[in-house]
Amino acid sequence: MSVHPPNIDRMSPRDEFGGVHERARDVHLALDRSAADLLMPMHLVVSSDGRIRCAGPTMLKLRPQSELIGCPIFDVFVLRRPAGLTDISQIPERDGGRVSLSFLDGTQGTFKGVAVRLPANGDILINLSFGFSVIDAVEAYDLSSGDFAATDLAVEMLYLVEAKSAAMQESKKLNLRLQGAKVAAEEQAFTDTLTGLKNRRAVDHVLARILSKKECFGLMQVDLDYFKQVNDTFGHAAGDEVLQSVARSLVAETRQSDTVARIGGDEFILVFDGLTDTDQLELIAWRIIARLEEPIPHNDVFCRISGSIGVTTSEIRPSADVEQLLADADRALYASKNDGRGRCTLFDLTMSRNQVRRSSGQIVSDGPTI
Amino acid sequence: MHGLINRSIQCFVQDTYGEGRWLSISSSMGVPPDGFEAMLTYDDKLSLKLLRTVVSQLDKPEEMLLEDVGTYLVSHPNTEAIRRLLRFGGETFDEFLHSLDDLPDRARLAVSDLVLPELQLEDNGEGNFILHVRGPHRGFAFVLVGVLRALADDYGALVLLDHRTQDDGNMAIEIGLLDSAFAEGRRFSLARGHQGQVA
Repeated sequence: MSVHPPNIDRMSPRDEFGGVHERARDVHLALDRSAADLLMPMHLVVSSDGRIRCAGPTMLKLRPQSELIGCPIFDVFVLRRPAGLTDISQIPERDGGRVSLSFLDGTQGTFKGVAVRLPANGDILINLSFGFSVIDAVEAYDLSSGDFAATDLAVEMLYLVEAKSAAMQESKKLNLRLQGAKVAAEEQAFTDTLTGLKNRRAVDHVLARILSKKECFGLMQVDLDYFKQVNDTFGHAAGDEVLQSVARSLVAETRQSDTVARIGGDEFILVFDGLTDTDQLELIAWRIIARLEEPIPHNDVFCRISGSIGVTTSEIRPSADVEQLLADADRALYASKNDGRGRCTLFDLTMSRNQVRRSSGQIVSDGPTI
Repeated sequence: MHGLINRSIQCFVQDTYGEGRWLSISSSMGVPPDGFEAMLTYDDKLSLKLLRTVVSQLDKPEEMLLEDVGTYLVSHPNTEAIRRLLRFGGETFDEFLHSLDDLPDRARLAVSDLVLPELQLEDNGEGNFILHVRGPHRGFAFVLVGVLRALADDYGALVLLDHRTQDDGNMAIEIGLLDSAFAEGRRFSLARGHQGQVA
């Protein structure tokens, strides 16, 4: 590159930055082709009548010379910015010379760049870069770092994209493993996260332990009445609040040694360790129902529910397994539902073995429903 | 220390000596068989314990082991991502050497909490370089020797490497670049899809 005039007057007054301000603007740059190729490997020189006169070496990697040189620029490129311009010679004066081009044949990718008018002959010099399409471009044209200007940050950007995606991949793997560990931990947990009560797993664990020690116990299954209406009318937030209130009531009406668990949406199981007195169990059940029927405030409204309860004990059916006892409590619970809800029923062996009439009146086959 | 360091040593053992050897190392250290997470940070003491355990189980001097880890990081198919990121440093081995000063910053751009020792290349002309490695853990220098050895092969350059401890306790790696186009080397393309093709 040659710089004219090279001799800067040492006696010129200097501006506050120490530069020779007055003369600098008079410096004219004249670049030969090899310097232009080095500085701007993606440039195009277009004559004022719109024909491509020459192109930088990287541009010539994208399209063969015969499809570029001598061709009208709008036969090769679509001008995206400034949009609608048909006279290429107006480009330098529009938008500060900023241009955005893409190939007419629909090849993916957009070039961004800037156009200036060359003072010598009025040709338009357009210096282009790939912008974000550089990632696709290196793939499509197999470009190397030598194809970019030394000042172009394309290679640094490619490095960053690759480095970040490698790091992101590791982070994703970690997240997946943590997610897996969380699911595993939840599966092993004994707690219902919404209410803080025990869960179904805990009930199985407690009952198995009591049965293995051949100890006696009372068993109560509680099913909320009208809970679905609360959910449908006031929303799930209200439903969640009701469940949490129910949990507090159940805990308040039982002893510390008893087990209170939520085993489904609005189903609860209570295990009374060592308690088989059916009168006392029924008393507790009615107390629970009374407490459930107290209106539960949620925002400005009161949610009203009730509960149906089935009660059994390990002495009503000695030597039965866990599944059988739970099925018995379930059968007694549905008797309560059928009798009009908001009540408790004590299981006895005369209850139908094979059929149970659900609250809808529909006959369904019986079995462990939990 | 950054989990990537622990994880590198773990993967080196698993990929070079097999899963069985790793399980014996992890159980004798009392870490879970899954080992270390690349994106977490571990206590320095644990990293040093890992290194000591690997050294004693593989019955190999620590310096040689760390150099092998460095070679592994560049040359094993499972760590291709690291080789590629290093090759972004320059088109020739000579250019790569001159990019080493920026290596800790480059690493931080990728993983912001990964701290590598400070590197400074001294170019003494005629292919003779000294790479100064300054940091609290001198083990890094040995890993770096392995990385440089493997990358020289990758670029197809012929180099002589030696290391020494300087008066201030920091390490220096002497690099003699005998021939930068000794062999064909492995091809590197900016585009990930083109990797592995022969030039």
